Amino acid sequence: MRVGVVTFPGSLDDRDARRAVRLAGAEPVALWHDDHDLQGVDAIVLPGGFSYGDYLRCGAIAAQSPIMREVVDAAGRGTPVLGICNGFQILVEAHLLPGGLIRNDHGDFICRDQVLRVENASTAWTNGFTRGQEITIPLKNGEGGFIADAETLKRLEGEGQVAFRYVGVNPNGSLDDIAGVTNAAGNVVGLMPHPEHAVEAGFGPDTAAAMRSGVDGLTFFTSVIRSSLARA
Amino acid sequence: MPTIVVEVMPKAELLDPAGKAVAGSLAKQGRSRVTDVRIGKRFELTVDEITEETLAEARALAEDLLSNGVIEDVVAVKAAE
Repeated sequence: MRVGVVTFPGSLDDRDARRAVRLAGAEPVALWHDDHDLQGVDAIVLPGGFSYGDYLRCGAIAAQSPIMREVVDAAGRGTPVLGICNGFQILVEAHLLPGGLIRNDHGDFICRDQVLRVENASTAWTNGFTRGQEITIPLKNGEGGFIADAETLKRLEGEGQVAFRYVGVNPNGSLDDIAGVTNAAGNVVGLMPHPEHAVEAGFGPDTAAAMRSGVDGLTFFTSVIRSSLARA
Repeated sequence: MPTIVVEVMPKAELLDPAGKAVAGSLAKQGRSRVTDVRIGKRFELTVDEITEETLAEARALAEDLLSNGVIEDVVAVKAAE
C-alpha cells in the first residue's frame, strides 16, 4: 500500500508522517503541493506545519493549492485522507470537514502529551482502536480551538462524526472537547494532536510502563492499511 | 488607484482570543471606559476601476476566500473613501 504525504511550503512534520507510514508497514510517497499528481497513492496524509505562513487563516491558502483539487476529488471517491494539526485546518478550509479552528482560548501555544478518547472507531484511520479507548499522543498548537455553529455541532454529535475528544484537560477551548472529526463517509479524518509523533518506542509520550514508550499513534497508520485491504 | 475595502470580523458569538488579550491589557492600564475589544481584518483590493462588476467580484472574493463563514462575517465591501 502506498500512502502519499503532501509537503506544503511551511510543512514541518511531513518527514515524521512518512516515517510513521513506513513503520506501520506501508510505502510512503512524497507529494508536492504545486503538482496535480497524486502518483496513484491509496491514501493521503496532510501533515502539520505552518503552510504558507498561514497568512490569511490557518490552512486557507494551502487549501487553494493545485494538489488540493486532486485531494478533494480523491476524497470524494473514498480515498482515505488524514489531516493532522495544520492538515486538519487545511481540510476544514477545503470544506472536506465541517467546522473551523481558531486561536486557543487562552492565547498560548500549547505543547503536551494529550489523552484522547476515541469516539468513532469505524473510520478508515481509527478502525484499529475500540470505541471509548483512551490514547495518549502529543499535541502542539496555537490555533486548535474547534468551533462550529450549534446546528453543525448537533449533527456531528448525533451522527458519530466526533472522532476524538480531549480527556482530562481541554487544551485549547474546543467546543464539546472535540479534538478530531470525520466526514460522514468515514474516509476523511482530521485532528489537532499528532499521531505521527507516537509511533516508535524511545520517541513517543511517556506511559506507565516506561518513559517515551507510547506508540498509540501507530494505530492510525495500521488502521488505514487494514481499511485499504478491506476495500481492495 | 481605485481601491475596494473589505472588512471581516470574527462572528459576534465566538470568542476572539486576540481581542480578549488586548481588552485585558487595557484593563490592566486602568482604561476602564473600554469594556471590550474585538479584532478583525481590513483588506484593500486595488482595481483598475470601481464598477458594479468589480464590486460584485470583490463581494464574491470576500465570501469565498477572504473570510471563512464558519468563523467570520464579512461586514463591509465598499469603495475606499
